[in-house]
Amino acid sequence: MTEPGPAPEGATAPPPPPVIEFHGVGLTYPGPPPVPALLPCDLTVLTGDYVTVVGPSGSGKSTFLNIAGLLDRPTSGRYLLDGVDTGAVGDAGRTALRGRRIGFVFQSFHLLPHRSALENVTLALLYNGTPRGQRLALAREALERVGLGHRLDAVPSRLSGGERQRVAIARAVVARPSLLLCDEPTGNLDTVTAESVLSLLDQLHGEGMTLLVITHDREVAARGRRTVTIRDGVLREREQQHEESGVRT
Amino acid sequence: MIRFRRAPRVPRLTTRMSPRDLVSEALGGLLQRPGRSALTSLGTVLGVGTFVAVLGLTATTSAQIDSTFNALTATEVTVEDTGGGDADDVPLSFPDDAQQRVEKLHGVEHAGVYWQVGLEGREDDTVRATLTGDAGDGERGASVVAADPGLLGAVEPTLREGRLFGAWHSEHRQPVAVLGAGLASRLGITSLENAPAVHIGGRAFTVVGILDDVERQTSLLLSVIVPRTTAEDIWGPPDDSSRAKMLVSTDVGAARQIADELPVALDPAHQDRFGAVPPPDPKALRSSVSNDLGQLFLLLACVCLVIGAVGIANTTLVAVLERTPEIGLRRALGARGIHVTGQFLTESAVLGLLGGLVGASVGTLVVVGVAVAQHWTAVVEPLTVATAPAAGMLTGLLAGVYPAWRAARIQPVEALRR
Repeated sequence: MTEPGPAPEGATAPPPPPVIEFHGVGLTYPGPPPVPALLPCDLTVLTGDYVTVVGPSGSGKSTFLNIAGLLDRPTSGRYLLDGVDTGAVGDAGRTALRGRRIGFVFQSFHLLPHRSALENVTLALLYNGTPRGQRLALAREALERVGLGHRLDAVPSRLSGGERQRVAIARAVVARPSLLLCDEPTGNLDTVTAESVLSLLDQLHGEGMTLLVITHDREVAARGRRTVTIRDGVLREREQQHEESGVRT
Repeated sequence: MIRFRRAPRVPRLTTRMSPRDLVSEALGGLLQRPGRSALTSLGTVLGVGTFVAVLGLTATTSAQIDSTFNALTATEVTVEDTGGGDADDVPLSFPDDAQQRVEKLHGVEHAGVYWQVGLEGREDDTVRATLTGDAGDGERGASVVAADPGLLGAVEPTLREGRLFGAWHSEHRQPVAVLGAGLASRLGITSLENAPAVHIGGRAFTVVGILDDVERQTSLLLSVIVPRTTAEDIWGPPDDSSRAKMLVSTDVGAARQIADELPVALDPAHQDRFGAVPPPDPKALRSSVSNDLGQLFLLLACVCLVIGAVGIANTTLVAVLERTPEIGLRRALGARGIHVTGQFLTESAVLGLLGGLVGASVGTLVVVGVAVAQHWTAVVEPLTVATAPAAGMLTGLLAGVYPAWRAARIQPVEALRR
């Protein structure tokens, strides 16, 4: 099941470790009868990759997301994030890794109501040791990068769906994570808005961000450079049908 | 084009949160729902308010008792003529010069022996203003008091008219009398202009003064007071039923000392014939006041605080359930369980603190209001006001323990699924 990433392992300089390395990672919910949610699988995501994960609901996509996002522990195998064995660190360490290395983008945005866009973005800097004085500047910079420099003080209820997701993306990238983990990022958006959000993701990818996008939408899946399919808990990688150049503008 | 830099290779595998961040996050959480926050802290406001009000009112009334006490009671000593073992043989234990002896003591202001003259059973037992008319016209059973001139000083009188009888009248056994205002009006004596007389048991006494008011022994206002020596000449020593007493007014703080000295000064050979009654210990009196009502109200205040705590706990728990997605998000952003616990604990503690601050203010206002209405001096211990907000904060903190624990147990996976 192992498929090497498209980027060749260079021997010239010490290569950065892959962002994600799954070695036989699987999860089975205990208790009679045991339910296998994700069968043991291998996967490598290199720096700068754009990987989409597709599959019908109930296939194990969420389980995969939870494991990759360090929200859940696999019951088998080893998971290395940035070369750090996540099985070897305790809960506090996993939380710290999650806060510093992974940016989450959710289908339902998960913005705090009654807090301005700027405050929502600074929230991502609250738990990772960013000095207080720098947070506002970093958050402002991130919001400008997603094209919301003019809506810094708007509360979520005054933002459109696309704008909300842009705030969420700004929040996910403000801490400069190694991995941007998007769970159905366009699931709550209309086609036009979805397109703008996907363009933003393309742009981030172009700037060197590693993306892992989970979706059931084939259109969205087509944007990635690699596509991974999960069906009945089995993870399989297939070659991208489209040419990348055709997708990225 | 900006390139994303990777985070440092070796991660510091802990996340920290400064107290300042904790407080600002908690305040942010509370300000999301200002109305609800205000209602939540109402219980604490009431509890702490009652606390401060009760303690303040107790302190105020105690202080009030103290001031009354200092003015009169604390400076008053009464000596009773018990007669010791010879009560039957000695109708009057006080020596003739009792007033002079006692007034020589340091710290004594005035002193005087007095007793009720018993007219009952005598031929003529009335007190009347004129000799003419029926015996029935007079005041039967009016109180006749035989007294040293010193007694009139000791009761701190206000004269309506005339003067008090003095040492000269006493020494020369003059038939003079001082009337209390109440008795004077009943006898129809309104003025001393035409030198009125009263007839006590048929004996005429010239009225030299009318008392308008006295600070001690207010029964004197319904009495006619005659010099003790004159009374002894006419009616003899006091009856067994109303043995003589001595009233001594002292300087502030001297009363207990003087009470000890009095029997010796009066009759060194028969000290056992006198029983000196010192004023009660002000400390004992004050603590008895705070013990009775105070404890009851403190109990009520505690009940209020408990209700307040339950209110905070309930609302915080609801807020935790309501904010489950937020908790999940914070966990995803790198918050540890302890950070979530800390945030909710801080929120409830801040609620308690705010309730405590408002409660302390309200309680103080109540104390001041009551004091103003009663013309008292408001006394609130600084310690009470200082600790009240802390008590509120502690209440909030305790109330937040369970909800905060629940919040920390929320799994981010579940929370984010919503």
